[in-house]
Amino acid sequence: MERYKILPHTADGKFQAYGRTLEEAFGNAALATASLMWDWSKVEPRVRHFVHVTGIDREQLLVKFLGEVIYLFETKRFLLGKVDGLRIRPEFAGFNLEALLGGDILSERHELYGDVKAVTYHDLKIEECEGFSVQVVVDM
Amino acid sequence: MDLRKIDDNTWEIPKQGEMRVPAVIYSSARLLDDIKRDQTLTQARNVACLPGIERMSYVMPDAHQGYGFPIGGVAAFDLDEGIISPGGVGYDINCGVRLLRTDFTAEDLADKRKELLAEIFKEVPAGVGKGGVTRLSRGVLKDILVKGAEWAVENGYGRSEDLERTEEHGRMKDAAADTVSERALERGLPQLGTLGSGNHFLEIQKVHEIYDEAAARAFGLRAAGQVLVMIHCGSRGLGHQVATDYIEMMENAFGVKGLPDRELVHAPFKSPQGRQYYRSMCAAVNYAFANRQMIAHWVRDVFTRVLGSAKGMDQVYDVCHNVAKVEEHEVSGHSRRLVVHRKGATRSFGPGRPEIPECYRSVGQPVIIPGSMGTASFVLAGTKEAEALSFSSTAHGAGRVMSRHEAVRRFRGEKIRDDLARKGIELKSTSWKGVAEEASEAYKDVDEVVRVSHEVGLGRLVAKVVPIGVMKG
Repeated sequence: MERYKILPHTADGKFQAYGRTLEEAFGNAALATASLMWDWSKVEPRVRHFVHVTGIDREQLLVKFLGEVIYLFETKRFLLGKVDGLRIRPEFAGFNLEALLGGDILSERHELYGDVKAVTYHDLKIEECEGFSVQVVVDM
Repeated sequence: MDLRKIDDNTWEIPKQGEMRVPAVIYSSARLLDDIKRDQTLTQARNVACLPGIERMSYVMPDAHQGYGFPIGGVAAFDLDEGIISPGGVGYDINCGVRLLRTDFTAEDLADKRKELLAEIFKEVPAGVGKGGVTRLSRGVLKDILVKGAEWAVENGYGRSEDLERTEEHGRMKDAAADTVSERALERGLPQLGTLGSGNHFLEIQKVHEIYDEAAARAFGLRAAGQVLVMIHCGSRGLGHQVATDYIEMMENAFGVKGLPDRELVHAPFKSPQGRQYYRSMCAAVNYAFANRQMIAHWVRDVFTRVLGSAKGMDQVYDVCHNVAKVEEHEVSGHSRRLVVHRKGATRSFGPGRPEIPECYRSVGQPVIIPGSMGTASFVLAGTKEAEALSFSSTAHGAGRVMSRHEAVRRFRGEKIRDDLARKGIELKSTSWKGVAEEASEAYKDVDEVVRVSHEVGLGRLVAKVVPIGVMKG
């Protein structure tokens, strides 16, 4: 199954990510976000970050989860290379998500080619149809 | 959608459905073709539905689709009944432009142009993931959030006269550092004094043509050939995080049901959430003012080193493109204090407004409109008419028409560099892909944007400037 597809958008970055489960689609959305900034498939997982986010609904959960990729990059110089153990659970008044992000610290061996500033709700879609598909627009 | 032509440059979406006021679009038929292609008009209509909106939901000539508000959207809200919306300011809070004049002419630079640009490129950190040269403590950062460009001047970056020639004197007084999240601080710490990437740039320019002698003289623009420096950047990760944090906070406090677009989440201006966002936004505005103040200082340093002096390198002005401000405007014959949201729009105060520096009070404030990379930019003057037309606002740039993805597919950064070199424009960038994304063909025609602005009376043409050296982040 295709992980994600980058779509044309006038000012910014837009993609759809897919998965057999919601978890897989969220994980692929994180890789799609990374793909706008670096080639995640070339990042060797030397460092790991555990992330935990909560959201009032699945949309906010996704926006906050993808926000972690940007936050870790800007503050820890962490380049995402893979997503492990992603779990989404309903909880009182919403959802929570846990995942283990594997990646590397930015150095000369990596090439950067874009800057994702923020994850938006614009045209954000989470759909279930033979698996899951999520659509996201990020501000670049 | 019902779109009525009022005159050649003015269009209206009449009040209908949930709209509380009509929407007005200032655009030529040609620019409107682009505007109609995306969701700009729907977004302008959505803005017209927000509580407490006054007069109209306005759209500037360079508009394109944004998040919630269109880019190039202007709306003002009653302080008691109205709202404030992070989506009405945007993610890059106080993305803006600073213009410096010089006493040099392009001929004076001739063989030093390359060196000048190379030195600026070395001095001003730019590009994706590029940290600043300044090691900051949290305490100092909080000080910067409160004091803005004033902090920079106090710490040896630039001159006190620069402050007078900056919107808000480089410091929004309502800023409160304790409203800015730990995450936003963390993102802001390594990035102070950096240009960033995307559409941000620094250009060495020369005056190409002067249209309004009196205003140009007041702004320190003398004649064709005079060298200027333009700096375009914003509040970096700190501002993006402030927007992200408060969108979430308002969602959690007020819910998202009934919003035409989730990015239009808002809070009553008077509510604790509204006040807190406003104070946090002001802090991000101040960070951006300090950022441009530091970069301007380094540019002056390089000029001194390479050309022997930074004589006459006075600041013309520094304007915000993404901001919400409390201003006095006339509504139905009464002077009222309103919270004016400008998202991808420039304030355009005309002669007499007390907010603008005394030296410009007879001609109106300088309005700086950058073109796309390697094309002309414009200096306009604010007008009295703009108060009634657009709550004193005009365009902010060229506005994209092509996706970054498409631009990268169609253009090559190295070829753009060679083409610009043939036109006598030097280009330095941290990324060829970034250069391709910013190809001028991916943008609207800025000449047409400022022509509409001038004809409608949103901002009066003063001078056209062209680049001779471009540094892209």
